[in-house]
Amino acid sequence: MSETIETSSETITLTIDGQEIQAKAGQTILQAAQKNGIYIPTLCALHASKENGLKSDIAPGTCRICTVRVNGRTMAACTTPVAQDYIVENDTEELNDLRKTIVELLFVEGNHFCPSCEKSGSCDLQALAYRYQMLSPRFHYAFSSREVNAESPKLLFDRNRCILCRRCVLAITTEDGKQLFGFTKRGDKSGIIMDEELVKNISEEQAQQAMHICPVGAIIRKEKGFDTPFGQRKYDHNPIGSETVCTTCNGEKS
Amino acid sequence: MKKPIIATASLAGCFGCHMSFLDIDERILDLVELVHWGKSPINDIKTFEQDCDIALIEGGCCNDEHIHTLRDFRKHCRILVAVGECAIMGGLPAMRNNIPIQECLEEAYLNSPSTAQANPERILPNDAELPALLDKVYPCHEIVKMDYFLPGCPPRADLIYGALTALVTGQEAKLPYEVIKFD
Ligand code: SF4
Ligand code: SF4
Ligand code: SF4
Ligand code: FES
Repeated sequence: MSETIETSSETITLTIDGQEIQAKAGQTILQAAQKNGIYIPTLCALHASKENGLKSDIAPGTCRICTVRVNGRTMAACTTPVAQDYIVENDTEELNDLRKTIVELLFVEGNHFCPSCEKSGSCDLQALAYRYQMLSPRFHYAFSSREVNAESPKLLFDRNRCILCRRCVLAITTEDGKQLFGFTKRGDKSGIIMDEELVKNISEEQAQQAMHICPVGAIIRKEKGFDTPFGQRKYDHNPIGSETVCTTCNGEKS
Repeated sequence: MKKPIIATASLAGCFGCHMSFLDIDERILDLVELVHWGKSPINDIKTFEQDCDIALIEGGCCNDEHIHTLRDFRKHCRILVAVGECAIMGGLPAMRNNIPIQECLEEAYLNSPSTAQANPERILPNDAELPALLDKVYPCHEIVKMDYFLPGCPPRADLIYGALTALVTGQEAKLPYEVIKFD
């Protein structure tokens, strides 16, 4: 073992894709990776930032896109805490293919008509499909029947695009802590419902935040449609994950 | 070596994908050097005079004639390429997939602002010559085996050109990040 730089019992050493990193006890593998500029894809987990208004990270653990191999076993990086000497595999052909499969399944399970979606270009699911060069899902489309709720003055809620990540349930609340979105039913009947009364009175900022927190185009802020021109949207030029750049290698892979 | 023959078809599409193909601009002259044209709306050749090597298919299948055309292409072409979101997943036409067909027809021919007044006898198109609508719009790969997929609505001209020249010259297609988009 290397000489420990940090003597604190709180510091943990592990490797991700052969790179030795330091993490704090209690952090998840995802948090540790992020701090060290290593990209692990996410759809349901979200790091707190000024942009999304979150006070702490959330990790619903629903999507499994962050699947890594920890000492040979597949685990969700966003819910697994770091431990001393963990050997984590992340950016491997096998795991990336698994992730691509998850993306494909999400595409055929909902109704993702990207050309008509306001989130297109800034959507995390679509961006992952670009990252993994999904030209077409290899499964048949389910064309599931899903409802659209356009009642609220500020938000459009399109269940066709919902990937049931649960971010909205955990992160979007009123000031006094009431949830605006909730989960309903189970299995293939699972869905998100919204509290129409509360959502009706949502503030401008909160409406913006809700759209921001949803990784796909299920929660859309009304009257702001398509306000970012093509070529300027979040993932128009660089793949998702390229903002996480390792400071030692500047993102260049050997 | 014999020049490969290219065919194209538009099924339930808007011809936007064909337009995007024409957006390769003067590179079409390079392509002319490399290939022969078979059946295609671009040259208005309507029948397969001989089997083709590569076929570009735009649009999914929303009526029985599309299914017939697509199967005919499968029979006469070596490599079928699904071009655009409509061919790959039904695209915008498939947005009707969760609406009962009766409702679609009534909305289009009886109740819409432009038809409500214009169709006093409330006739739904019923000529035997008309292709029969399918219950759903089907992506091409659910009807026949497709060999390649070029996403986009329409796919970028660079993607079509890059993929096509790669297929014709036997090289691997270069797919830079910017050319693969779903919109
Ligand atoms: S949510 Fe994303 S993947 Fe789904 S239709 Fe919109 S842009 Fe496409
Ligand atoms: S509405 Fe958006 S944030 Fe909420 S579960 Fe669906 S995809 Fe996730
Ligand atoms: S993919 Fe888009 S451009 Fe191509 S046929 Fe369909 S709607 Fe038209
Ligand atoms: S990001 Fe870890 S399970 Fe979704």
